[in-house]
Amino acid sequence: MENEHIEVRDLTMAYGDFVLMRDLNFTIRKGEVFIIMGGSGCGKSTLMRHLIGLKDPAAGDIYYNGESFISASADQRELMLRRFGVMYQSGALWSSLTLAENVGLPLVQFSSFSKRQIRSIVSYKLSIVGLAGFEEFYPAEISGGMAKRAGVARALALDPEVLYLDEPSAGLDPLSARRLDDTILELRNSLGMTIVVVTHELESIFQIGDNSVFLDVDTRTQAATGNPRELRDSCPDEKIRNFLSRGELGAGKPPE
Amino acid sequence: MQLLSVSGCGRRLELGSGWNGPGLADNLEKILAQISSTGKESGPLTFSENGLDRHDALVASSILEIIRAAQAQGLEVQFETLPDSIRKLIGLALAVPPREPESHQRDNLFTVIGKKSLRILQGSRHFFEFAGELTYSFGRLVRGKARFRREDFWLTLQSCGVGALPIVALISILVGVILGFVGAVQLRKFGATIYMIDLVGLAVARELGCIMAGIIMSGRTGAAFAAQIGSMNVNQEVDALETLGISPMEFLVLPRALSMILMMPLLTLFADALGFFGGFIVALPMGISPGEFWYQLTESLSLQHISIGILKSFFFGIIVASAGCYYGLRSGRSSSAVGEAATKAVVAGITWIIVLDAAFAFVLEAMGW
Repeated sequence: MENEHIEVRDLTMAYGDFVLMRDLNFTIRKGEVFIIMGGSGCGKSTLMRHLIGLKDPAAGDIYYNGESFISASADQRELMLRRFGVMYQSGALWSSLTLAENVGLPLVQFSSFSKRQIRSIVSYKLSIVGLAGFEEFYPAEISGGMAKRAGVARALALDPEVLYLDEPSAGLDPLSARRLDDTILELRNSLGMTIVVVTHELESIFQIGDNSVFLDVDTRTQAATGNPRELRDSCPDEKIRNFLSRGELGAGKPPE
Repeated sequence: MQLLSVSGCGRRLELGSGWNGPGLADNLEKILAQISSTGKESGPLTFSENGLDRHDALVASSILEIIRAAQAQGLEVQFETLPDSIRKLIGLALAVPPREPESHQRDNLFTVIGKKSLRILQGSRHFFEFAGELTYSFGRLVRGKARFRREDFWLTLQSCGVGALPIVALISILVGVILGFVGAVQLRKFGATIYMIDLVGLAVARELGCIMAGIIMSGRTGAAFAAQIGSMNVNQEVDALETLGISPMEFLVLPRALSMILMMPLLTLFADALGFFGGFIVALPMGISPGEFWYQLTESLSLQHISIGILKSFFFGIIVASAGCYYGLRSGRSSSAVGEAATKAVVAGITWIIVLDAAFAFVLEAMGW
């Protein structure tokens, strides 16, 4: 299919001899918001580290637009990496740089824009995430939620084709979380970006998710893929329905 | 008070005032022993709640232990006979079964040695990879392709250079004073006090100037490199660079290594000068005039001695920067790991400085320098 963007085939993730997840197979289409979900410690963030090339899989491959990411040469890989934007759990802003320098660094390194142009782009990206006027602040001077938003702005710096977000709304107050979700949807709608989100915040999952994969910590593989709302309502696997309805079905609740 | 009794319908645990306080500890072991010697045939475990109006954590934890022991024996437990307040919490505690402990096979001596050797091998492989990548980055720097921020380079240059001057000055003067003093006291016995100047001059120029500068920089800047890069690692800042396709080796290590390599020879020259000055301070009260001091110093020293110190300092700079950056990049993702990385960087830095200096001493001796 033409609009297949990212394809994960038979992926096995392991730390040494310890297999974290095996036989992951799913496809992320262009322009969709794809959710990686599952209980704590199941390997959601690790899967993201594989997708962005920070960790090599024990087996299997990942394809971007049909090209293998794992067997790509170093140069090809660097080019592919430049099409990703990544926001890390804590924002991971470079603490010795101001917000403007953080967002501007990728542009300084990889574009031929003038200083003036870069300043203008940086201030635009910061405004998108609601941080206009914070250009000269250092990461230590802003709140955790703002750091995350600045992280999104930095991830957007190079106009990526794929935006990866690791637990974007974790630790945010409800309004900031909602705002971030709206921003994600808006980015997808107006720029047609493919957005991959690692999260277990149900509200976010249902609000923004078009498609998802559910990682099961017990069986160490994917338990289901599909639209999260449909999974909640009609997935044959009770464990998933229970997860997506916050334990309303009973499993995991203490005995009366 | 009988705590566990057998009645017609089975075991019966009597909960009463005896459960609160010291009575509990005395009785818990007895009850557990009693349960473990009981078979299924004795019927369900039931609780009578006479007199227990409130409970503390010790009561609840004991009941949990008793229930687990009873369940392990295959006894049926009648939860509904527990007082409400305890039952709900016990229910929560029992909702998730305890994790099965993984069977750990104890390694025999050969396995331990084998694993240790593999770890050392892997460690050295990592270090060679690091050294290779660093060399490659220098190659890219020479070709003008390396990516790093000039501002970072100037800042590090400043902290490795000017920032280190006061401490290097203090230590170098004191080392010069100590050397001069020890030398003068001994040489005076032979009426050869003037030769303390040779001692101070040669020792400082060939060995102590560069070693002291190296050790100070290792403790001061090497540790700082490890801590900075290590905490960037904790905060995923290094990951963020990598996913942008910016090599941490070029962006973080290169400016630091370059500053260190450039600044170490200058710091060594500075340390040499102040070491001589330390000797001079001691020489004056020993009746040596400034003119004599200068004449004797220039007589005993040649450019060769000074350049040996400078040459070594260049390598010491590489050692200090590499140790700091290597352990920083390999640091774990916790705050204690950052501390550990800083410690390792300093220890490795100082050790390798001394080892390399010893190697230089042998080689230079053999070459007759």
